[in-house]
Amino acid sequence: MKLTDMIIPIIIAGILGYALVQRVDIFSVFTKGAKEGISVSIKILPALIALITAIGMFKTSGALDVLTNAIRPFAEKIHMPSEVVPLAILRPISGSGAFAVFEDILSTHGADSLIGRIASVLEGSSETTFYTIALYFGCTRVKKTRYTLPCSLTADFVGFLMSVITVRMFFGMMF
Amino acid sequence: MTWIFAGMIIISVVFALFTGRIEQVSQAAIGEASSAVELCLALMGTICFWNGLMKVADKAGLTEKISRLFSPVTKRLFKDLKSGGAAMKMVCMNMSANLLGLGNAATPLGIAAMREMENECGASESASNAMIMFVVLNTASLQLIPTTVAALRLKNGSANPFDILPAVWVSSIASVASGVIAVKLFEWLTRRRKQKEIRHSLNRYCDEVRKAV
Repeated sequence: MKLTDMIIPIIIAGILGYALVQRVDIFSVFTKGAKEGISVSIKILPALIALITAIGMFKTSGALDVLTNAIRPFAEKIHMPSEVVPLAILRPISGSGAFAVFEDILSTHGADSLIGRIASVLEGSSETTFYTIALYFGCTRVKKTRYTLPCSLTADFVGFLMSVITVRMFFGMMF
Repeated sequence: MTWIFAGMIIISVVFALFTGRIEQVSQAAIGEASSAVELCLALMGTICFWNGLMKVADKAGLTEKISRLFSPVTKRLFKDLKSGGAAMKMVCMNMSANLLGLGNAATPLGIAAMREMENECGASESASNAMIMFVVLNTASLQLIPTTVAALRLKNGSANPFDILPAVWVSSIASVASGVIAVKLFEWLTRRRKQKEIRHSLNRYCDEVRKAV
């Protein structure tokens, strides 16, 4: 825990220290770069508004519950506990939503239970796919993301599948 | 993007009509838009900071060193990017931030990488192969040490919050690998389709010439 808290300050100090040795005019270079950041963040705003609104509406509409029920029989086939299914569905869509579900799973089933471990691995080995796509393409002029979404969802799906398999493998809780 | 955006909204409204949650959905439509602005403002600080810091690192020649370190991998994944170019450097910086689990740093660096890629390949309305590979890598999570997950496990009484690490690594690697394979497969398919189209039009052209003669 402590080590990871130290990484960022050390990296920052390290970069600045190295630049000092290389005689870089640190302050003016830094502020010039930071200034570019302003226009970048303004540029991503429209895409963020569009997608975050869509995700918010999707979350509250109850479509998620229907999706969870539809996927449940399939999840049983890959031996994914049904408690983890909502997390798997929410994970690519909403980071904060998935985090809330994850916390709920841990507090009700315990962190070291089979369900808790699968949820932990799943949460730790995946990302908020839709948000990342919106954010990263939002700062460019790209309108057609082509095959980005299918590939990302493939990766997510394999990650989910593997989180079930690896936990059962590493912790000897085969079926 | 159009399809994701419109699809999600239309599906939510249709479902909300069935589940009777239309009121909450309408609230979400209004509220979430303003929370997106808050998120953007919150991001602006870190984006500006890391953008500035990376400029300093770049001037000092650090980014070049790191990108040389990564080049055996990145050369194969991003064939269209110039090695040693600004885009490649930012891609490598983002990847190292991801590996270290520095989410706050990885996002602004990733945004910078996307912009540099756009500069290098020329602005286009459709995503380049390198952009797709990069975004897929980022959505598949390259993180080595999931710190927030471990913290939450500790809070919920885990005896050893990091005992899931091997499982996380294997899952992450499998997920990243399948993402890369999927991207390469799509690249190959589109290339083949393009070749077919070229051959087709060439044949047609030859036929016309033959007829004219």
